[in-house]
Amino acid sequence: MAIGEQRTGPGKATPLIVVQPGGPEPVADCEVAVPRTGAGTPLAPATSAPDAAEVRRHDPLDPVALRADFPVFERDFDGRTVAYLDSAATSLKPRVVVDAVNAYNTRFTANVHRGIYQMAEEATAAYETAREKVARFIGAPDRHEIVFVRNATEAINLVAATWGRRNVGAGDTVVLTELEHHSNLVPWQILAQEKDADLEFVPIDDDGRLVQASFDALLRTRPKLVAFTHVSNGIGTINPVREMVERAHDAGALVLVDGAQAVPHMPVNVAELGCDFYAFSGHKALGPTGSGVLWARRELLEAMPPYMGGGEMIREVHLRSTTYNDVPWKFEAGTPDIAAAIGLGAAVDYLTALGMDRVREHERLLTAYALEALAHGVPGVTLHGPRAADDRAGVVSFNLPAVHPHDVASLLDRDAVTIRAGHHCTQPLHERLGEAATARASFGVYSTTDDIDRLVAGLRRVQALFAR
Amino acid sequence: MDDLYRAEILEHYRHPHNFGTLEHPDVVQEGSNPLCGDRITLMLSIDDEGRVADVAFTGRGCAISQASASMLTDRIRGLPLAEVAKIGRQEVIDEIGIEISPARLKCALLSVDTLRRALADRIAWQAETEEASA
Repeated sequence: MAIGEQRTGPGKATPLIVVQPGGPEPVADCEVAVPRTGAGTPLAPATSAPDAAEVRRHDPLDPVALRADFPVFERDFDGRTVAYLDSAATSLKPRVVVDAVNAYNTRFTANVHRGIYQMAEEATAAYETAREKVARFIGAPDRHEIVFVRNATEAINLVAATWGRRNVGAGDTVVLTELEHHSNLVPWQILAQEKDADLEFVPIDDDGRLVQASFDALLRTRPKLVAFTHVSNGIGTINPVREMVERAHDAGALVLVDGAQAVPHMPVNVAELGCDFYAFSGHKALGPTGSGVLWARRELLEAMPPYMGGGEMIREVHLRSTTYNDVPWKFEAGTPDIAAAIGLGAAVDYLTALGMDRVREHERLLTAYALEALAHGVPGVTLHGPRAADDRAGVVSFNLPAVHPHDVASLLDRDAVTIRAGHHCTQPLHERLGEAATARASFGVYSTTDDIDRLVAGLRRVQALFAR
Repeated sequence: MDDLYRAEILEHYRHPHNFGTLEHPDVVQEGSNPLCGDRITLMLSIDDEGRVADVAFTGRGCAISQASASMLTDRIRGLPLAEVAKIGRQEVIDEIGIEISPARLKCALLSVDTLRRALADRIAWQAETEEASA
């Protein structure tokens, strides 16, 4: 960098030194107090605080009652329960999931598809039943289309390394978007470097939505694959998957959808979406860590070369040659995370019983409440992402003027309010937002208006501390 | 939450010492914290006697990283490089004087680690300053 040039990180400059008016309350003047949204478009200040009772009246779930199902709420944090606002990173686990994992580890501990004894048969049945439950849960026509992996990242890497290596060549194009999580960027970068292929990116507008005209323009380059997220983990945008899939197919491309932030929070039906690959993490959907899923159309899976070689994925092995197992086991080399898969089956049962339509409505109401509560209660807050709760999932990213998100998160933690601070594995998105880091609150079935009230109260205390 | 950040840290954050750039630095070193994307650029002038004649930093980051850069640059101004070489990572953490959780260590150490790289080919850092944890 040139000597004398002031470097303040990517994107827009943030004033480092901000003199706040005195007094314990962060009373900012009108201009500072206007909440901002998107890439800096002013949003009218909320005139009144949102009504928590109103949210509870309309909420099809009773999150306070549901908390009894989640053992972590029994833990005492200096007289409080945790206000867990990091469900986009991983969800809390209900007791039924813990019990399912424990049942495998204590009652029918055995490897799957191998032993000829009762416990092994029980383990295999539980593992394969979980696969069937997951297939029904996401509307997959065939349980053989469900590949158990560790997480969405592994699912996407699997597709890049198998389908991608075989089908993407020099000069071919893969279309991605600015919204993507690193896990839907880096695997394609690796593939593109290996194959000398091109990557193109659909930009977002100032409201945090994909620019569909740009998408259409990129489709005219006849890409081999389009890969994008169903819901942005950074700013909550819900993408119009079905419409985009249709247009991508018309252009001759296959479509991979990253559903990590969608499956836990709204009804998902892969047959209706029409995509070719769908990846998600079970651990964000009330399941154990180590549980993740790749769904792909059966004929695609059958044509794909294997990902890893080893046990389980074979039919017959000779010293110099092997025939592979049927799908999906062809992609599940080695002993899988049996306990996690069984736990995911229990999580899917739990979510199904709640009803995913109701889960979505619960989180939509909470998101609207959070957007209003932050805009009304936190002077000068910048809210990122779509303005309307109808267009976004339960992810609210924001910045406070003159307080770094890491300080915000550390200080909130003292009040047992847990948020994420950083770039949330979406550095390109943050470059677009002009922020090196944001603070993020995200919700789940157990989230309440009280959690959000604690967040807002905590943020006011942070502001007061920094204004001192 | 009020007891986490003592007043001195917040004061350094609001009014960081040595914040800015040098006209003719002998050393320019950038550092970044992969955890949060924070960046720092450190500039040093070294005089003929091997002292830190002047030092400045720019960048943005959290209160802990900014305050630690502010304090560290204060400390090394005018110091012979032989003395700078003795500054250990633990010392920097101690000087901040607040509880640093493991997740925030990288913030606290961003400036000293950048300094270590800046002077890597000029001085031999003392053994106890070798990168340990974080």
